[in-house]
Amino acid sequence: MASPEIAVSIDQVVKRYGGFTALHGVSIDIREREFFTLLGPSGCGKTTLLRAIAGFEDVNEGRLLLKGVDITNLPPHKRPVNTVFQQYALFPHMTVFENVMFGLLRKNWIQSEAQRRVQDVLEMVQLSDFASRKPAQLSGGQQQRVALARALAPRPQVLLLDEPLSALDLKLRQAVRSELKALQRETGIAFIFVTHDQEEALTMSDRVCVMSNGRVQQIGSPKDVYEAPVNRFVADFVGETNLLEVTVNKIKDGLASVALPGGNAFECPAAAVVDPGVGHLSVRPERIKVTADGQGDLDAVVTGHTYLGTDIQLLVRLADDEVMSVRLQNSQTTEIPEQGAAVGLVLEAGAARLLAD
Amino acid sequence: MAAKIDLRRFPGFLGITLICLVVLYAPLIIVAVYSFNDSTSITNWGGATLNWYVDVFTGPESPKFQQAALNSLIIAVCAAGAATCIATAAAVAMTRAGRFRGKTLSFALINLPLMVPEVVTAVASLVFFSAIGFTNGLFTILIAHTVFCIPFAYLPISARMQSISDVYEQAAMDLYATPREAFTKVLLPLMMPGILSGSLLAFIISLDDFLITNFVKGAGVETLPTAIFGAVKQGIKPNIMAISTLMLGVSIVFVTLSWLVGRVGQNKQK
Ligand SMILES: Nc1ncnc2c1ncn2[C@@H]1O[C@H](COP(=O)(O)OP(=O)(O)O)[C@@H](O)[C@H]1O
Ligand SMILES: [Mg+2]
Repeated sequence: MASPEIAVSIDQVVKRYGGFTALHGVSIDIREREFFTLLGPSGCGKTTLLRAIAGFEDVNEGRLLLKGVDITNLPPHKRPVNTVFQQYALFPHMTVFENVMFGLLRKNWIQSEAQRRVQDVLEMVQLSDFASRKPAQLSGGQQQRVALARALAPRPQVLLLDEPLSALDLKLRQAVRSELKALQRETGIAFIFVTHDQEEALTMSDRVCVMSNGRVQQIGSPKDVYEAPVNRFVADFVGETNLLEVTVNKIKDGLASVALPGGNAFECPAAAVVDPGVGHLSVRPERIKVTADGQGDLDAVVTGHTYLGTDIQLLVRLADDEVMSVRLQNSQTTEIPEQGAAVGLVLEAGAARLLAD
Repeated sequence: MAAKIDLRRFPGFLGITLICLVVLYAPLIIVAVYSFNDSTSITNWGGATLNWYVDVFTGPESPKFQQAALNSLIIAVCAAGAATCIATAAAVAMTRAGRFRGKTLSFALINLPLMVPEVVTAVASLVFFSAIGFTNGLFTILIAHTVFCIPFAYLPISARMQSISDVYEQAAMDLYATPREAFTKVLLPLMMPGILSGSLLAFIISLDDFLITNFVKGAGVETLPTAIFGAVKQGIKPNIMAISTLMLGVSIVFVTLSWLVGRVGQNKQK
């Protein structure tokens, strides 16, 4: 039995499509009441994992537990989880009200109670006035909320969301993020949210699971995966980073002594499993300070800059011809070095981290 | 686009088009026009009248034609109904069962009646019924019609089915619908425009059939087309033209309905 604090336990799940393995022994514990995000590039197996939890894909190996109960072999309609589909999949021949009512009727709710529940959830997503419309008469954002209401109405033990914001335009997507987060708090249901958008994952989640090629790379809080990525993939995928090839001299107590390009010695934290030799240093561009030539940890030549609104991205070239990106906050006092200027780069505390490959 | 071929510029395009139109529609127009001819001759125009239409419903031959029309109607309704059910099941199986062995073969089998020469089907049906000892009559016509109506019902239904994503059934099952409920409450309503369109098409195909019917009908059992053929053999009278025109009208109405229903459904579902 899993601990009662765990809502969903994914235990060594393997999924194969013919000769192709989409999930390589994935193990994740999702806690009660948490906003849990599966983050990874397209094709890494996020949807497959979500569909396995919902019951639409049989797994080849491993087990799925829902609040300690083994659901691995239950058909979808017997699993007390609901899904918000990527394209919403609202029933086009039913009104908004009937769509939301659908799950309640299948679960044999009493008519009057079901109707009250539908009204409540529609109110929760601010769609009470649209109850008698057909899905085709709603905007994308409204359809998304109907899908959410429909999935929440039967009080599932876990809500699964497959890139539910990807069909919305940017402005709306940002607004819906906070609404979704608020809704999760309000209902106290564990949300398993799938996205390929790292910003979405960082802003909404309690915990994030970074996946790649059907494998879990790292599970942790948004701060963990951003500030303490365990490998190059996570550092590169979550946020923007510079990966520098460095010579690792010594690793002790998670602290590495490395030689930076240009020869300067530097100390920084190391991910657990790095061997001495040649390693990769992840340096976050916003944690680099520009100073006078010869004063920093690295010497570089400015090759250009890009105006990004809130930030200015500076491109610099190091002695060994590696190109790095530096982010300067765009304030009135920001000085942008000229193209061709020689500058020194200071790596702030926490800017750099030695990673496993 | 520069590369687009403009058919209208082809030499002789207009002439060929006109010839096709005349060959196709002139006989129909002549039949329709002469059904209003106030003369027993079928070549001389004697003024307009509705007498032949009155004759169809009250004249000496009217009981025969009414019985034939009733037979046609019963057979068309039953055959279209049965064919539609079978075609619906086939369309669901073909699009939802994934890839299975013999899928191409099944598809070919369903649509084969469209390719086999009708007279071959007719002979085969006749041989088959006598081999298993069925007495020819309404029932044999019904079975034969059901069989050749299946592909006609199947085409619009399967076209419709292909445009319905299986995510709707998954959503239904995600919301605790059993596979059966997912079918009846979600998939079937979404397929309905295709099913209606298919059944109307099957109905009209059955109503119009002459060849197969003529082979498998028992002595004394007539459908409208065979009754008309029988009457024509004794000379063409204008009342035949009136009946033909009525049938033409019914056909046009049903085919149009079938097309409209299919189209409305397509617009609704995005
Ligand atoms: N039904 C299927 N048959 C074969 N391969 C599949 C099937 N579904 C998904 N895959 C493969 O599994 C991998 C993971 O897919 P998916 O879970 O949809 O990725 P994601 O949602 O992360 O973009 C992909 O490489 C995809 O091609
Ligand atoms: Mg996906």
